[in-house]
Amino acid sequence: MRKVKSMCQKVWTFIKHMLLFIKKVLGRVFNVLKPSLISVSIGLFIGLIIMLIFDAYDAFPALGTLIAGGFTGGISGVGDMLEMAAPIMLAGLSVAFAFKTGLFNIGASGQMMMGALASLFVGILIKLPPLQHMLLGLFVGILAGAIWGFVPGILKATRNVNEVVTSIMMNYIALYIFTTMVITFLSQGAGTNSTSRPVANSAALPRIPWLFPNSTANIGIFIAIGVIIIAHIIIHKTTLGFSLKASGFSFEGSKYAGMNTKANIVTAMTISGVFAGLGGSILYLVQSKTIADFHIFTEGFDGISVALLGLGEPIGALFAGLFLANIRMGGYYMQLYSYTKELVDMVVAIIIYSIAVSAAVQIFLKKNKEKIKAFREKRKMIKNQRKVMKQASVNGGDAQ
Amino acid sequence: MKKKLIRYGIIFIAIYAVLLILHYTTNISLFYQMVQSMTTSFPILLIVALGGLISERSGVTNIALEGIMIMGAFLGIWFITSLESYPYSNFTVFVIFLVSVAFMLSFVLTLLFLFDIYREKKKCIPIKVKNWMKFVAALILAIPLTLVIRNIQVQKHFIFLMAIMVGGGVGALYSMIHAYAAVYLKSNQIISATALNIFAPAFSIFTSRVLRGSANYYIVTNMQIKEVPILSKIPVIGQMFFTNTYLTLYLAILIFIIVSIFLYRTRFGLRLRACGENPQAADSLGVNIYRTRFIAVTLSGVLAGMGGILYVLPSKAYSTTVAGFGFLSIAVLIFGNWKPRGIILAAIFFGFMRTLALYYREVPFLENLNLRSDIYNAIPFIATIIVLAIFSKKSSVPKALGQIYDQGQR
Repeated sequence: MRKVKSMCQKVWTFIKHMLLFIKKVLGRVFNVLKPSLISVSIGLFIGLIIMLIFDAYDAFPALGTLIAGGFTGGISGVGDMLEMAAPIMLAGLSVAFAFKTGLFNIGASGQMMMGALASLFVGILIKLPPLQHMLLGLFVGILAGAIWGFVPGILKATRNVNEVVTSIMMNYIALYIFTTMVITFLSQGAGTNSTSRPVANSAALPRIPWLFPNSTANIGIFIAIGVIIIAHIIIHKTTLGFSLKASGFSFEGSKYAGMNTKANIVTAMTISGVFAGLGGSILYLVQSKTIADFHIFTEGFDGISVALLGLGEPIGALFAGLFLANIRMGGYYMQLYSYTKELVDMVVAIIIYSIAVSAAVQIFLKKNKEKIKAFREKRKMIKNQRKVMKQASVNGGDAQ
Repeated sequence: MKKKLIRYGIIFIAIYAVLLILHYTTNISLFYQMVQSMTTSFPILLIVALGGLISERSGVTNIALEGIMIMGAFLGIWFITSLESYPYSNFTVFVIFLVSVAFMLSFVLTLLFLFDIYREKKKCIPIKVKNWMKFVAALILAIPLTLVIRNIQVQKHFIFLMAIMVGGGVGALYSMIHAYAAVYLKSNQIISATALNIFAPAFSIFTSRVLRGSANYYIVTNMQIKEVPILSKIPVIGQMFFTNTYLTLYLAILIFIIVSIFLYRTRFGLRLRACGENPQAADSLGVNIYRTRFIAVTLSGVLAGMGGILYVLPSKAYSTTVAGFGFLSIAVLIFGNWKPRGIILAAIFFGFMRTLALYYREVPFLENLNLRSDIYNAIPFIATIIVLAIFSKKSSVPKALGQIYDQGQR
């Protein structure tokens, strides 16, 4: 009997320690994810309030669909969601990579457009055997994106022009070039019909029906995940990544340490452009996908939100991209209720805003840490005093 | 100063003489048409870029101009369409009341300003007007105006003025979100502005789809001025600026003059520029950096919201976008080297390129080139990048632009 008891105790202590360990790990993970999670919940909450204002009856089921996202449509819905996620993830990776070097790549959309344009040219006008065709399309897209990222980088490095401004200009130049090129060279009919032709089947990314039946999911998602892992390795495990991070952390300091900061800026912007260009290629190297209306790719701006939500980390961009794509799919399904899918954009905007503010709030908290500590201790003391008082009164009651 | 005036006068007279000769010898009606069409895009660029100027001169980057424009245009056109559907609902009357209060407040403030100048000269009238008194006066003055408007179908230029007020007010409120985050909460100025840019079109599409069923708006009233009475009879200038124009052109030029006087000739303007150049020094001299920057961003929001309305009025239709005019005016601001005079020249250039994109088919020399209109639209952006690259060493970017000001910092 005693043996059993001791065994039980041993098992209990083991479980206790395990629980403590899990709690510790979860706490650490939660601490890292705290700003993102809080911002997401603020965004969803304000979205719910907006829905309640416009139509109170449908609000809660619509919120459920919004959060469930692609999972509402079953396995094929998930496939569609992954197809949507791949370019967004890459755009987010592009912005996040620039963040690491202290640059704000608002021009991911322009880089994506140039990547998409180059891939479309290869995919529509050139004839090649399947695999080579696809690889050439992706390569050309990467190249175009790199060029479009290189320009703001070189201007920032040599002329100290703000990269945000140049990237915005480059976005619009890309838009006009994209429109002109697609309409004059790649449109279906001569002149009147400006819808583009779909890419040749040999150039399109192969679909994966064995994994996601009845969906348009293609291997783009695997490419995206692979690239994200590579980017993670570049940033965290190589000398290049270290020097990029260093010049982002302190420009003067890294210069003093003997790093070529100017070259670093150019490299970072170019690599960032590579990722965005690849994203553009993946976006449009798809079977029977055509372009009818021409505006700046919204995926690039999604990239900013993804990078911010993912805390500027490549791996973070992976999960944030999945989340954003999921919510976008949710927006499509939500149209069954009396709302339109633009609600998602509003939620995303609120999330971005609260991230921007939360960084400030965190800095504030960090600065006033001692004050907060003192406040907590004071509260604890008051609590203890109350406890003592209570006990004293209870004891007093007993004595009587 | 005198030399400069003479120089500008000579340039002006020379250009005018050349145009006069052309006017009487050949047919340049196409040129007039282009200038008249330019008067739709030029005021938008000018006003919004001036808004950007105020904000950036105080040291806060304002990429949210596009979003603010969309917001102003959206609520402004909502107001216009509700003014056009006579008789008015209670909500419209309420908005009319608010607008007329704003009208009267500005009226009272102008009067007081003039009165102040008079008082300083005479130094004899010891009346002190307190802030609440101004508000009360404006309220009392506004009530009869509201009652009058409620019972009369309003004139088209009055609609225009009221819509401008609504757009400005909405822009101010919306830009305060950015200002609060960027100035007081010390967050990244680009991130919060991006959030506003994403929010505005989504909000306008969502609201109008849910409440009205469609996101396309049309105005019935034609705001175009066929001819200005006497001025349109002047040979060249009359055809260029006083026929087939909109009230927006004159408003834009008026705002341009006001803003340049405000920035360079008033005490607050000087403080505002100091905040953008060296906030630490300005703070040590007793300028409240946070408040100055907040006001500057709000003012830029007012101008950007007005710009949104100006975009809507000539096209008479709105589908929840302002066609990148916000970003274009940031380009105007940079091209104009963060100075009012540069901005007006840049706005003329950019406006001209946009009209060229519309009219290039009718110019024989350009039609032979056989380019698409997108190329002409892209030229301003390319030019801005080239100018940035070449003149970056000379550019007068506000030195503290984009930096977060922290009092505790060294």
